[in-house]
Amino acid sequence: MERLRRTMMFVPASNPGMLRDAILYGADSIMFDLEDSISLREKDTSRFLLYQALKTFDYSSTETVVRINSLDAGGVEDIHAMVRAGIDCIRLPKTTCAQDVLDAESVILEAEKKCGREVGSTKMLAAIEDPMGVLNALSIAQSSKRLIGIALGSEDYVTAMKTRRYSDRNSEEIFFARSMIVHAARAAGIAALDTVFSDVNDMETLRKETEFIKQLGFDGKSVINPRQIPVVNKVYTPTEKEISNALDVIHAIEEANRRGSGVIALNGKMIDKPIVERAERILALAKAAGIKIPEN
Amino acid sequence: MGKYEIKGQGIAGTLESSDIQIIIDQNPGAGIEISLKSDVEKQYGRQIRATIEKTLKKMGITDAKLIVVDKGALDCTIVARTIAAVHRAAGITEKYDWEEIDSWNV
Repeated sequence: MERLRRTMMFVPASNPGMLRDAILYGADSIMFDLEDSISLREKDTSRFLLYQALKTFDYSSTETVVRINSLDAGGVEDIHAMVRAGIDCIRLPKTTCAQDVLDAESVILEAEKKCGREVGSTKMLAAIEDPMGVLNALSIAQSSKRLIGIALGSEDYVTAMKTRRYSDRNSEEIFFARSMIVHAARAAGIAALDTVFSDVNDMETLRKETEFIKQLGFDGKSVINPRQIPVVNKVYTPTEKEISNALDVIHAIEEANRRGSGVIALNGKMIDKPIVERAERILALAKAAGIKIPEN
Repeated sequence: MGKYEIKGQGIAGTLESSDIQIIIDQNPGAGIEISLKSDVEKQYGRQIRATIEKTLKKMGITDAKLIVVDKGALDCTIVARTIAAVHRAAGITEKYDWEEIDSWNV
């Protein structure tokens, strides 16, 4: 079954209560943060805290991701601790080129060998946060088999672009970056993950933004507050009508296959390969979201 | 002298709910002394002290004076804060021995 990544919730690694409660809110992935939300003087204590939390709490089947610091600012220590603690995925900050991924990968490989963890079992996610990274999105996305996705980090990106976020104006300032990232991810066959929406009180704009990124083809979005999770998850959960249409498509294609006929039509519309693929994806998403799909 | 020599004061943790603040300092030849303040001291005081002492023992520390303020921390938080405070007191800021740290969890 395809893993859902509708919501990746940021959790600062410095906060013991949040580390304990992170599993409760229904995010598809929990993204522990050792980077920007942690002050320079608490990098060491947060790393120890997160290490013990990962060794202690059962995050069940929820994907655990850690955003590490850059390799020259504590990232190497972060990787050694997190690989040993059993993290599922390491998110690299500020990835500007494929070499950044390869550099981190070699540290991950060393850490896996050191602690006896299966080589290749630690996955990676590259966050693209500046114009160079956006322009290099495809080579970044294709740089490692460990990569499960690439993500847009928009705050640094808009600053580097000498602009700011305009969420009230359809976020046109990040349209190019979003398009590059979703294309690169699809070309590489990995997930495309959107940036955070920082106004935790504006659920309506969050919903609209999520509908828009879903329309572009993104798999999901980073969230910074548990209250944002149901809003994003709902946008990404197929509706009853979508599921019913998808089932009709699958049944029609099965029937056509039984009869040995090639091109088929459903309600006057031709059914071809892309339509079947979309229907299969909707059913996979619905199943992954816990919706019971009738077998026949 | 062990690997983790208390060279000065080391502090880790906050006074936020679910956390514990641990201040560790030298205590030459006088063993482990823990001054603990906790809202749940009657119920869990003994356990909190035992967790700190056990962690210090694994780190080879026999003499240290600790001032501890607990805000309802779980064992894993107590362990993490103790380990962090000792590293800071020992002046270790890089090249942590994760293999050894890992062995303390067994």
